[in-house]
Amino acid sequence: MGYVKEFCIILLFSFVGEILNHVIPLPVPASIYGIVLLFTALETKIIKLKDIEKTGQFLIDIMPIMFIPAAVGLLESWDIVKSSALEFLIVMAVSTIFVMAVAGLVTQLIIRKSGGRKND
Amino acid sequence: MIEFLENSVFFGVAVSLCAYSFGMFLKKKTGLAIFNPLLVAVAAVIAILAVTKIDYQKYYLGAKYISYLLTPATVSLAIPLYRQFELLKHNIKAILCGIISGAVTSFLCVLAMAVIFKFSHEEYVTFLPKSITTAIGMGVSEELGGYVAITAAIIIITGIFGNIIGETVFKIFKITEPVARGIALGTSSHAIGTAKAMELGETEGAMSSLSIVICGLFTVIGSMIFAKLY
Repeated sequence: MGYVKEFCIILLFSFVGEILNHVIPLPVPASIYGIVLLFTALETKIIKLKDIEKTGQFLIDIMPIMFIPAAVGLLESWDIVKSSALEFLIVMAVSTIFVMAVAGLVTQLIIRKSGGRKND
Repeated sequence: MIEFLENSVFFGVAVSLCAYSFGMFLKKKTGLAIFNPLLVAVAAVIAILAVTKIDYQKYYLGAKYISYLLTPATVSLAIPLYRQFELLKHNIKAILCGIISGAVTSFLCVLAMAVIFKFSHEEYVTFLPKSITTAIGMGVSEELGGYVAITAAIIIITGIFGNIIGETVFKIFKITEPVARGIALGTSSHAIGTAKAMELGETEGAMSSLSIVICGLFTVIGSMIFAKLY
């Protein structure tokens, strides 16, 4: 029964997220509302960690697989991008590396300056 | 035979899972970053569809059941976030500065390259939300008058690229703090980068999840301002 209850709770939060996405006129996806609500519920002890932990961890573990269909679907958009594919790829690659480096270095620098903990 | 595969409910899922397992096998045997399981899986599925001449739409009939789990999985990211909340509060200043500087870097890079490659305004705004999660990014692109389908494609490619390149970037720039690694992955390559962060560790995963939320929301506001600059 454990898994049924766990999956039920996670799906309920996804569903409430979906409702908010439908009602609130912002480009915020259901999953983002869901994270915020579930986190709040955990923090306020409305939901206990052990009530969702196993199923949640399983879903997180298999998450990379869930991107395969969308990525394969890029084939479908090939026709609209092929004329400038090279430029697009350069913009994508360069900016991703820059963003990753800047975000990481800034965070690391401030943590070390303020003597933040490495682990809890 | 092909006709049967096209109508099969399990074919799409089975092929995707086998391709991913094959990718994990290659990665384990060779230890090479280029054999990223996700990349191998995508390439393998594309190859299989090309050889068997199965339409993407037909493949998606089955494969959509994997995508279905994406929202519950993303919602579950609240779990590592909750477990790591103390660490998050302790480093809140570093985390927020990291995410915002990353988001601004993204805007500046896109702006600079729009100038270099002489993009039209529409192409420029298509790229602005490239580092954030697909649903928010597509919304932003639509709002600003970009090409939504291209934005979606760029966001997914950015995610896969970030997932593959992450560990190399960390090595080159000597980013060793788990918190900083998570922020870097989540800010640059959203949920697909977070999948990599989860592999690196729970702290990385939690910080990356947080970045998806904060960077996504910040980008909604920031891109409205940057859209006026070009």
